[in-house]
This record gives sequence, structure tokens and C-alpha cells, in this order.
Amino acid sequence: MPPPILAIQNLSAGVEGRQILKGINLTIRPGEVHAVMGPNGSGKSTLASILAGRDGYNITGGEVIYCGRDLLALAAEDRAREGVFLAFQYPVEIPGVNSTYFLKAAYNEIRKHHGKPELDAMEFLTFVKDKMKILDVPEDFLKRPVNHGFSGGEKKRNEIFQMAVLEPKLAILDETDSGLDIDAIKIVATGVNRLKRADNAQLVITHYQRLLNIIVPDYVHVLMDGRIVRTGGKELALELEENGYESIIQGAAAPV
Amino acid sequence: MVTVETEPVVKPKQPMREKGPYWEKFEQYAKIAEDPAWVRVARQAGISHFVELGFPTSKDEDWRFTNVAPITKLPFKPVLEPTRDSVTAKALNHFTFAGLAGSKLVFVDGHFAPEFSSTAKLPEGVKAISLAEAIAKDLAQVEQHLFRYARSDTSAFTALNTAFFKDGAFIYVPAGQTVSGPILLLYVSTAKEDGATVHVRNLIVAERSSLVTIVESYVSLSEAAYFTNSVTELVVGDNAVVEHLKLQVESQRAFHIATVEAHFDRASNVVIHSIALGAKLSRTNIHAHLAGQGLECILNGLYLTRSEQLADHYMIVEHAQPHCASHEYFNGILADKSKGVFHGRILVCPGAQKTDAKQTNKNLLLSDDATANSKPQLEIYADDVKCTHGATIGQLNDESIFYLRARGIGLETARRMLIHAFAGEIIDRVRCKAVREELDKLVWDRLEQNEKVTVNKWSYV
Repeated sequence: MPPPILAIQNLSAGVEGRQILKGINLTIRPGEVHAVMGPNGSGKSTLASILAGRDGYNITGGEVIYCGRDLLALAAEDRAREGVFLAFQYPVEIPGVNSTYFLKAAYNEIRKHHGKPELDAMEFLTFVKDKMKILDVPEDFLKRPVNHGFSGGEKKRNEIFQMAVLEPKLAILDETDSGLDIDAIKIVATGVNRLKRADNAQLVITHYQRLLNIIVPDYVHVLMDGRIVRTGGKELALELEENGYESIIQGAAAPV
Repeated sequence: MVTVETEPVVKPKQPMREKGPYWEKFEQYAKIAEDPAWVRVARQAGISHFVELGFPTSKDEDWRFTNVAPITKLPFKPVLEPTRDSVTAKALNHFTFAGLAGSKLVFVDGHFAPEFSSTAKLPEGVKAISLAEAIAKDLAQVEQHLFRYARSDTSAFTALNTAFFKDGAFIYVPAGQTVSGPILLLYVSTAKEDGATVHVRNLIVAERSSLVTIVESYVSLSEAAYFTNSVTELVVGDNAVVEHLKLQVESQRAFHIATVEAHFDRASNVVIHSIALGAKLSRTNIHAHLAGQGLECILNGLYLTRSEQLADHYMIVEHAQPHCASHEYFNGILADKSKGVFHGRILVCPGAQKTDAKQTNKNLLLSDDATANSKPQLEIYADDVKCTHGATIGQLNDESIFYLRARGIGLETARRMLIHAFAGEIIDRVRCKAVREELDKLVWDRLEQNEKVTVNKWSYV
């Protein structure tokens, strides 16, 4: 087996004295798609935030090893440069920052980090236009300020577009389906599938099973009250859809 | 015996004050000025009103946050003679907008400098000349409009300007004419002594269905505590499209008070920008009088202050007719111990139904010692209108910073990007591309100085 991209070992964390994650274990290897499902408040978004390096969380135990390194010791920007990508649940509108300018700055930061020469404006445009074709992204995305005035669907599509440009090793999709209608989900999820490769991995966080009809996971983890209470294959998601999270609670509580 | 008074004289209400230095200077000036009678009358009224009104104090509600005492304490030395021997064309080339293609009128210490100006290639009938020349030639459009909009009886600074102005620009665009490039009005200060005072007076008339872009740029080659007191009357006819930008980059010890009195007629479309970067104390008054139906105007401003600078914007948008839209956007970026003031008054007159008036003022504080005062004021006398206002004062948004960092952009670069973006929101509204690009560069350089951190500079693609 190839070495894991991500190994979360007994991770506990909280906010302002409140414990949210209570010992998470999760290993993701290259080429794999993992889904983390769970009801509201179970800690899904906290997990995504901690992996991406958002401030404000106290890590109270455990560790996260990313490609053999201590992920939690890295600043958010260094994680991104090392190939961790978070598709935001609520992408931030940044009026006044041109999308191309932003993407080029991000892309070149990552290249610099890996000792590669930066792309100039023309080179970058050529590169980025190829990516747009893959994802059917309209050209005006590049001309508009980052997410400014975008619809919910456009914002999520823009996240996936950024993911295509930045080519992460580990993509974390935080509720990428939330607030989208079925057509928009299809566009976004199809885009994610096109970015799947043998040497990268995806961690898909979602509340609903419907996204997983298109992004088919290798593993499904059920997160409840800060713990992964069950892990299974893609059929687990269907089971959840059918029986709800309640049945899992009972199943988890019962001795095996 | 019959005495004939050829010129009416407005008597000041407080004659005791007329022996003050301003009145004395005025009497000296009145002797040398060779003005037609109607100008002399206005000047006389100006000094009388000034003496009557006196400088505003902080007890005056409109001046609560801006204390002009430092201006009143300056020795009053109006610059009445040209002093442009210390200016070279080379020195002028360093200023922002110097590279703009188009007509250019240069004023040195308030006096027209034809040797640095170029006004060739203007369309038929368009005038871009010195106001003093226009007055001397007794052009009909000047007498028709000058002094009609900027009132001396309610503003001490306008009164003082009216009494003492030497020169400024007269821009006239006849009906239906389009001026393609921006017309640059460059005001250079070379003041060598504290208290040197320049009263710039501009008159801009865009007749119906005309189109013109005008840039007023106030710059300095001086380090003295001089005082610029400018008044621009901007008259926009039916269906005309006008973009007016005022850039203020006075010296760090200077004082700058400017008033734009604007009058818009039916279905016109006007954008007025005010960018304040310089001066120890600056105040820009913009009074937009929406006098015709169905017109649209945007007032758009950006102020960047540092050390102990104060930048004040005082807006009055007067909706006198129905179906008009006015949008005000003012952003301030305040560093060190500096202060930004925004006062936005929206007046919707009786009958001005379907008014759509929007006002936002956002302030970004880069230091704990910086201050922002924001005062919206809505007076609405019509019942079918939409008026909104909003003001924010705060630091950079943490979530935006995290978003950028999560894409690999470092903390310091992210901060700079967001600060620049905050300014960019305003700069992006400048329609004329050449002006926008030069302005963007200037503001960028200025923000770089503010931050005092060396980070790789990116360029726009």
C-alpha cells in the first residue's frame, strides 16, 4: 500500500473550552475518495477547518500527519502550498480583488514554494484557460472580483475551478453541495470527478447522500458528536439516506 | 444732489470686523484687479459675507469633527502675483496624470501657466481656457453661470474664494459635443512661506447631450504650510454625461478646502470622484443639486490618511425632482493617528418621488489610534422614495484573510491585497481607463509606503 496522504490520529479539538472533536482517526491514501457524513453539529466543518488551518481552535490531543509531516505545525498558507485545499462551505466575497490576479498570486505562491519559476501574466492566462475548458467555467469568472456578486452555485463552482488551477494533493470539500439545486450539484460534482487522479485524494464532507451519487466515495465515515462512529463503503451512505442518523446511533451504541 | 451708485455694495453686518487682515488684503487686491463690474460686485459681496460669517468653529454642526483653527491662525498671504519661475516642465512630469493624452491646463499657485499647458485638438466650440481669460473676454457663458451655484452667503470659504480668486479653469462643452480624452487641470503649489493662500476658481459647463471627463489634480512642490481654497462650479445640462475627478495630493503640512457645487439637469449622468491623499487637513464639500428628472449621479470617494492627517468629506445630495438616483460610496483607510470624517446629507425635496438614494461609507482602521467619524443625515419630504445609508468602521475581515491564506497567499500579502481591494472598490468606479490606471498606481504606491513592509509586488494581469 502507498503511504497515506493524510493520517489523523486520535484528534481532539474544541473552541473556547467546548470539546467538538473527541478522538478522530482517519487515514486517506492516494487515489482515494473519503466521505465524512454526519448530522448538524457533529463536528464535520470543524474537522475541515482544523485541517485547513483556520485560527481559533484548541487542539487538545492527537496529531495529523500529512505526507509524513506534522500538518498542525504549519501555517494555513503553508498547508495550501504543500497541497491542502479547502473548498469553503461559504466562499468569501472579496470585492476589489480581481479573480485572475488572485488566482495567479495563489498559483505563483505555490510554484515558488516548490522552487519553480513563477508564470507571467500571459503564461498564466493560457494555463488557466485550459482549466476553464475542463470545467466549463464561463470566461467572465476571471474578470470579476473574487466571488463578488456570484450566485450560490457560481461560488461553489468557483471553488472547484480554483481547485483545478491549484492542483492540490488533498482536497477537502466542505458541504460543497449545500444550498445548491440538483443541476448545480451535478456541475460541481462532475468537476470534482474530473480532478481525481491516482496521486491525489479527496475528503468530501456532506450532510446529504445525493452528492455521493456523483462523487462516488471509496469510504464513508459517519461522524457523530465528535467521533467517527462507523466506517463503510459507498453503500453506507445509501443506508443513511434510507434510515437516517438515528439508526446509526443505535447501531453504534450496541455492542458489536 | 443725486448720487449714482454704479456698483451695489453689500454692507457687512458686523462692520467692526472689517478692519481685519482679510478685509485689508481685499481692499489692496480690489485696487489691482481689473474685473468687469459683475465680477467686482460678486467679490465685494464675497468679502462682506466672509467678514460676516467668519471661519466656522467646531460649535458649528457642519464642522463638528474638523477644527479649522490651524487655518485661521495662519498669516493670510493670498498669492496675487505669478510665481512660476521655480517650476520646470520636467518637475511637472513626475506628477500623476502627467502622462494622460488630452488637454492640460496647468496653474502654478493659482495662476495659469500657458507654457506648460496644451489645449490643441479640442472639438469645435469646446473651450478649455483660463477663467481669468474668459472673464477678460467677457464670454457670455461665464457671466451666465459663474457665481450662480456656489453661494457666498452660506459658506465662509466660498465667500473668501469669491473675494480673492485669481484664476482657475473655464471648461465649456457646447451641446452635443464629445470630448474624447480627459481634460486635466493641474494645480501646483510652490509656496515658499507658511500662510501662502491660493484661491482656485473653476467653472465647468457641459451643455445638453455633451460628454466630457475632467480631472482636477492638486499637487505640490512645496513643504510649506500653505492653504488651497478652491471652488468648482459644475453645470451639467440635459442628457449630458460627465465624469469629474478631483485628486488631492497636497504637501503634508498644507491645508486644503475644496467645494464642488454641482448642478445637474434632466436625464444627465454624472460621476464625481474625490480622492484625498495629501494635506495635513483637507475638507472636500460636494453639493450635488439634482435639478432635473430622471438623472443619475454617483459620488465616489477615497481617503487615505496617515500620521496626523485629517481628511473630511462633506456631501449634500439634494433631490429636487422625481425619478432620480444618487449613489454615494466613500471608503477611508486610516493609519497612525490620522482621522477621517464623512458627512453625508441626503435631502429629498417635496415632490421628488421615486428617488433612489444610496449612501455607504466604509472605514478601515489600520491602527488603534486612528479615528473615523461618519455622519449620515437623511431629510425626506416625499413619501415614495428609497433611501438607504450604511457606515462601517473596522479592521480587515478575518474570514477574508483566511480565505486568501487557504489558497497559499501569505498573511502579510493577504493583508495588503485586502487593503488594496478596499481602495480598489472605489478606484474601479473611475470610468476613464487611463485615469483609473494612473490613479490605481498612485494609490498602490501610497499604500506600500503606509505598510512599511517589504513583500513582493504583484502586477495585474
